[in-house]
Amino acid sequence: MLELGLIFRALLRNKVGALLIGLQIALTLTIMTNAIFMMQERNAQMDRPSGLDEANLFFVNNTIFATDYNQQVALEEDLTLLRNTEGVVDAIQINAIPMSGGGWSMGLQTESGVGKDSVGVAVYMVDDHAINTLGLELIAGENFSINDIQWRESSQTTWPAKTIITQAMAESLFADDWHSAVGKTAYISQEQPMQIIGIVKTLQAPWNGWDGVERSMLVPFKMETMGSRYMIKTEPGRRDELMPIIEKALADSNKGRIIRRVTTMDDIRERSYRGHNAVNKILSTVIVVLTLITGFGIVGLAMFSINRRTKQIGTRRALGASKGQIMSYFMIENIMISSFGIVLGIAGAIGLNIWLVNTLSMSPINIEIIVFGVIVLYFVGQLAVLYPARKAANIPPATATRTA
Amino acid sequence: MFFYYLRLARISIVKHWGLSLLMIVAIGLGIGASMTTVTVNYLMSANPIPHKSSQLYNVQLDSWDINEPYNDDGTPPEQLTYRDGTNLLNANKAFRHSLQAQANGVIEPEGKDSLPFMVSARANTADFFTMFDLPFIYGGGWDSAADLNKQQVVVINSETNQRVFGGENSVGRDLKINGNYFKVVGVIDYWDPKPRFYDISTGAFNDAEEIFVPFAMIAEEKIGRSGNTNCWKTPEGEGFEGFLNSECVWLQFWVELPNQQDKEDYLSFLNAYVEEQKAFGRFERPLNNKLLNVMQWLEQQQVVEDDAIMMMAMSLMFLIVCLLNTVGLLLAKSLGKAPEIGLRQALGASRRTLFAQYIIESACIGIAGGILGLCFAWLGLQGIGALYGDMLKGLTSLDTNMVASAIALAIVSSILAGLYPTWRACNVQPSQQLKSQ
Repeated sequence: MLELGLIFRALLRNKVGALLIGLQIALTLTIMTNAIFMMQERNAQMDRPSGLDEANLFFVNNTIFATDYNQQVALEEDLTLLRNTEGVVDAIQINAIPMSGGGWSMGLQTESGVGKDSVGVAVYMVDDHAINTLGLELIAGENFSINDIQWRESSQTTWPAKTIITQAMAESLFADDWHSAVGKTAYISQEQPMQIIGIVKTLQAPWNGWDGVERSMLVPFKMETMGSRYMIKTEPGRRDELMPIIEKALADSNKGRIIRRVTTMDDIRERSYRGHNAVNKILSTVIVVLTLITGFGIVGLAMFSINRRTKQIGTRRALGASKGQIMSYFMIENIMISSFGIVLGIAGAIGLNIWLVNTLSMSPINIEIIVFGVIVLYFVGQLAVLYPARKAANIPPATATRTA
Repeated sequence: MFFYYLRLARISIVKHWGLSLLMIVAIGLGIGASMTTVTVNYLMSANPIPHKSSQLYNVQLDSWDINEPYNDDGTPPEQLTYRDGTNLLNANKAFRHSLQAQANGVIEPEGKDSLPFMVSARANTADFFTMFDLPFIYGGGWDSAADLNKQQVVVINSETNQRVFGGENSVGRDLKINGNYFKVVGVIDYWDPKPRFYDISTGAFNDAEEIFVPFAMIAEEKIGRSGNTNCWKTPEGEGFEGFLNSECVWLQFWVELPNQQDKEDYLSFLNAYVEEQKAFGRFERPLNNKLLNVMQWLEQQQVVEDDAIMMMAMSLMFLIVCLLNTVGLLLAKSLGKAPEIGLRQALGASRRTLFAQYIIESACIGIAGGILGLCFAWLGLQGIGALYGDMLKGLTSLDTNMVASAIALAIVSSILAGLYPTWRACNVQPSQQLKSQ
């Protein structure tokens, strides 16, 4: 233990070099831990299930431009065509696509009247085929029957009598027991009653950055609109083969509209989280490069200090120090420098996180990441100093007798 | 002497090539990373219309729900209701004004083989073209009489002109949009302000529209509106008429006011207008009208994304790490040079000349690092461009300002990094050094 004090006092003779490495380690820890934390948050968001059978789903946009267009007839024809195409499991008309960023939201409240608390919810206008098409899991209550489906004119402000909501929505409305939501009445547009007839496990809203992303409702509407979407579920593995076939079949069947943006749900997910993915890749590059730079910095400085101390090291060897003792000298020195940097770095990591929480409304960092960062940096430090230390250990004792 | 020092610097850099390379790479990476993120931030916060951004004002009125503010921070809605938009337009109190909304349409070109296609559209009033300086190739915008008379006219961009009319002068020709014929009055050249300040409701970096039609076409239902619509109250009337009279916000209104006096006059007009509307039971919230010029508006709407700010902060810290690295390595190097310095001092070199010599050496490393940094920045921007695809289109190119500042930053930071080691080196005691040799 006598050695520790010795190494420490020797370190104080070259304060600035050690200080610089220490600061570098501190900043590296600061950046690394916050970057890992942000990556974890993004990964957690990306891992949330949308509730859909994404791999077998795609949708098309149906944009009507003809002025003589019978919307009700055309919709029925389209749905019949889609549902009877070989390889298609089921298909629906839908007003918005989960994760796509564009859609409708409304407020539901458990008491009727103006000024009562309401809970925001994403609205999906669909028919009785929705649960089957989207691949939703109905965990309570029942599906719409064909008689529940109403026609909706564009700009209509009244709502049908029934709805199916997600479990998260049921929990928000009836905090004590979400099971009890089935059969209850919720009010939309402040005073229009809707009876909750079923609950599905998961169906994400179109906005993945929204804190209510798990809250959605299905509304039994067929829409008369100039622009709608058809969501189509295929048999497993047949999606890509059927996409062009269906695009062509729809386009040929009725010339008064354009079929465009034939898009898979996989594409929507990729697009929706592209920013997250990009940030994660950039952050991981930053972490790797930063750690490398710090590591090489340690190597460079250690090499230099060893070159300068060649004669001292030779003398120590000549006086009986073993190779292992020389090596451990530099390893311990490195641990001291790293510890200084790490203490500063922990403070820095928490400080940067507080700044990020305040300015960019992120959440506070957890301690595991900091512990992880500390271990990594000690390890990198030891690894970096290993080669210079071995070189030092190999300095022959005879050096002591030579000049300069 | 300068060239002699340059030669000495070269000798020293080559002699310690490992350390020098490490320093150059470290500076290069630091500069590269910072320049990449700074460029994205710089382009996101660019002034899209520099010559008149201080004369163009976005109008915000707080028509929202009395029980709940539109934004938690108290800023009013970024868009207007149809009622207010048309009222302000009819009041005609500004030098120029433009009421507008996002729309889309389907164009059916003539000829059997050509397929109908979808275009993004903007429904706007006549002043839009002069206010925002749209570059015309053929013809021009329509006049306000066309707005009033609900004339079916259209301005198209050069791509649409190419697609439908083969690029020739199409002014006077008819274009079938959503089943109705519109007369082409103008063709504009490439125009794509970034950020798309005049309407950021669906994304600040979206492309400009492909066709422009008179605003009245929306109420006439000759063109379908798109974009963002926010309502705090269900429309009371039925159908489209009911929607137009509702409290839903979905319009952008811009005014051009040549000087400060005009601005103040216009703001008092807006306040008087809101007071007047309060009599009809509208505008129950406290008076909170905003008249912001282009840059203030982009600032208020925070068009620079959080991710971009976060990554810029990260990469600037990264640069600091790289510089600390360089200081450490330069220090190590200068300590190793003590004997040489002692010898030179003994031979009569003044501290100042020594200082100049070693600073030049640091600057050389800085320049090399800066050039390498530019390569990294270019690669970084390519990488970001590839990762984000069309989401960051037009925001990942290096311009001369950025290149110059990268080099300057590299030189300044490497000189800063070199100051302390050089100072230490110049304080070597010659006698001591010479003794030990």
